[in-house]
Amino acid sequence: MNAGSAQLLSVKDLSVDFASQEGVVHAVDGVSFSVGSGELVGLVGESGCGKSVTATAILGLTRMLPNATVTGAIEFEGRDLLALPENEVREIRGRDIAMIFQDPVTSLNPVLPIGRLMTEGLENHLGLSHTDATARSIELLSTVGIPQAAERIKDYPHQFSGGMRQRVMIAIALSCNPRLLLADEPTTALDVTIQAQILRLMRQLSSEYGAAVIVITHDLGVVAGMCRRILVMYAGRIVEEGPAKPLFRHPHHPYTVGLLRSVPRLDRPRADELVSIQGLPPDLSHLPPGCAFAPRCWLATDECWCAAPPLAATGEGRRCACFHRDRLVERETERVAP
Amino acid sequence: MSDLCDEREAAFATAGLGSEAAAEVTAGDAAAGWAPDAPLIAHRTTWQEVWTRLRRDRFALVGLAAIILLVVIAVFAPWIAPHDPTAQFDEGLTMRGMPVGPSGQFPLGTDTLGRDLLSRLIYGARVSLVIGVLANGFALVLGVVFGLTAGYFRGWVETLLMRATDVMMAFPIYLFAVALVSVLRPSLGILVLVIGIVYWTPMTRVIHGEVLSIREKEFVDAARLTGCTSVRILYRHILPHLVAPIIVYTSLGIATTILFESTLSYIGLGVQPPTPSWGQMISEGQAYYLSAPHLVLYPGLMIMITVLAFNLVGDGLRDAFDPQQRRR
Repeated sequence: MNAGSAQLLSVKDLSVDFASQEGVVHAVDGVSFSVGSGELVGLVGESGCGKSVTATAILGLTRMLPNATVTGAIEFEGRDLLALPENEVREIRGRDIAMIFQDPVTSLNPVLPIGRLMTEGLENHLGLSHTDATARSIELLSTVGIPQAAERIKDYPHQFSGGMRQRVMIAIALSCNPRLLLADEPTTALDVTIQAQILRLMRQLSSEYGAAVIVITHDLGVVAGMCRRILVMYAGRIVEEGPAKPLFRHPHHPYTVGLLRSVPRLDRPRADELVSIQGLPPDLSHLPPGCAFAPRCWLATDECWCAAPPLAATGEGRRCACFHRDRLVERETERVAP
Repeated sequence: MSDLCDEREAAFATAGLGSEAAAEVTAGDAAAGWAPDAPLIAHRTTWQEVWTRLRRDRFALVGLAAIILLVVIAVFAPWIAPHDPTAQFDEGLTMRGMPVGPSGQFPLGTDTLGRDLLSRLIYGARVSLVIGVLANGFALVLGVVFGLTAGYFRGWVETLLMRATDVMMAFPIYLFAVALVSVLRPSLGILVLVIGIVYWTPMTRVIHGEVLSIREKEFVDAARLTGCTSVRILYRHILPHLVAPIIVYTSLGIATTILFESTLSYIGLGVQPPTPSWGQMISEGQAYYLSAPHLVLYPGLMIMITVLAFNLVGDGLRDAFDPQQRRR
C-alpha cells in the first residue's frame, strides 16, 4: 500500500470470536491491513462493526477476556504479538503501542492523582526514577496544553474538565514515545469546539513524535480532516480501503456510499428528512452466508446472498469487497456527470 | 489560565453581556477575593467529606464515643481496675460462700470465687477487643485476597474460590468452630485463627462483586497499558476503590466477631480461665442468676453495648460513604 515506508503494523487474517450464550459472536472476521511508520489511518464503521475489538486485539487486551478466541497474526515491527508471551507484550503495550480511550471520564482512575497515572508508565516502561518521571510528566502536561502543570499534576481526574482530561490521556499515551497510537473515538465524548482542538493536538503531536495513528471512529468528519488512508469496516470485515480523498469522492462500496450519504450536509439543498442506511447491522452471532451488507444493499443480487465477496485490490492503492463495484461506479458517474 | 479566561469571556459573550458588564463582574470577583490562582473549588478529601457526614449522625457518634471509651478502658485496664481480676478475696464471699453485693471495696460486687466483678469486666474488654480486631483483621485479609483474585482473574480461579465460599456459608459455622477449637486446644491465637477462617466469606462476596464491576472499567485497561502487572493493578488501581465497603464491613464484622467470641467462651471453648472474658463470666454466673443476677447482667450489658456501638458506627459509615443510598 505504502511503498517506500516500512510496514510498522501488519494485521493478517485477524479474527476475534466471543463465546456467548446465544452462540459464537464473530466480532472481527478475517481482517487484514497494514500501517506504515508515521501514517495516519482512519478505521470507520458504525457501532458494533468490530472497530474497537480490533484495537483491543492489537493491544493484546483480549487476553484478559476469558471468552475471547483470537486467531490470525498481528505483526508489529516484525514480531507477532499474538504469539508473544504476556510479559513481552506488556513491554510493547503502552510503550510502543499506546492508546487514547474514548471516554476520559472512565479511563482515568478516579482514585489516583493524574501524576501517579503518568509516572507509572514512565517508571515501568522506561525505567525512570520517580523524580525523573515526575519531571517528564510535568513537561508532557505542558506540551498538551495544561496550564500550571507542576501544580495540577497532584490533582485528581475529577478536578479537570472533559477536554483537559482528554489532554491528560493524550499526554499519558505519548509519554513513552510510542511508534503507534490507537485512538478509539478520541473525541466522541467531547464538545464540538474541544473536538477540533484535540484533533489538531493529536495531529501535531503525532508528526512531532513520528508516531503512526489509527483513528477509530464513526464520525467521517474526524477522519476526513485527519487521515490519509481510510479503512471501512462492516460486520467484522473490512469492506473498503483506500486513500482518503478518492475514497470519499468516489466510494466503491455501497456501504461507504450509505455512510457518506448519512452525513448531514449544509452545502446541498435540504432534503425533507435525514438520510440513513435502511435496516440494522446484522447479528454478529448469525451472519448471513453471503455479503453481510446484502440485506441492506440496493444493488444486491442472488450472487451477494450466496457468497461473500473477497476484498480485492482495484488499483490506486484501493481495495473493495463488492461484486457490483463497476455498477456502483457507473451509477455514481452518471449521477455526478450531468 | 488563559483557557479559563477565554471560557469566561465566551460565557459572557453568549450570555449577551457587554464588555462593560463583564468588566463589572470581574471587578466584583476581585473585590470578593477571587484570585486567578486560587482553586475554584475548595479541595476536600474523601475522608473530610465522610467525617462531615458522620458528624451529623448522632447514633454513629454515640457508638463512636462508646468504642473510644472501651478502647481506653482496655488499654489502661491495669490503672483503672481497682483489683487484680484473678485475685480471690476472702472478704469477697459471704460465710455461706455466696458472692457479695456492691460495696466500697467491690463497686459491682464479687463473683462466685470472690473476685472483683468490675475489675474482671474491665479486663474482659481487652479480650473482646483484641479478638474482635485481630480475628476480624484476619478474616478481612482472607476475604480481600480471595475476593480480589476471584473477581479479577475470573475463569476457574473464580469458580474454585466462590464455590468454596458458598460451601463455607452453607456450613454450620458454630459446629465447625467448636470442632476446630476442641481439636486445636483453645488459646487466643487459635481463637483468632478459627474466627477468621469462619468469617472470611461475607467479605469475599462483597469484594468479589465490587471487583467484577470495577475490572470492566476502561481505567483498568489504561493501567495495563502503563505496563502494570496484574498484581499491581489489583492493589494500586482497584483496591483503593474498595476502601468504603472494607471499612463498613469491618466495623460491622467486629460486632459479629465479638459476639462469636462470647459464645465460644460461654460454652467453654473460648478464652480459658482465669483470664476474664465476658462470655465466660456469663457462663460462670448463670447458675446463680436468681440469687446474684448481677453476675450475668453486667457482662451481658457489656457485650450488648460493645456490639451495638460497632453496629451503629458501621451503619453510620455506610451512610457517610454512600450518601445517595441512605436507608432512612
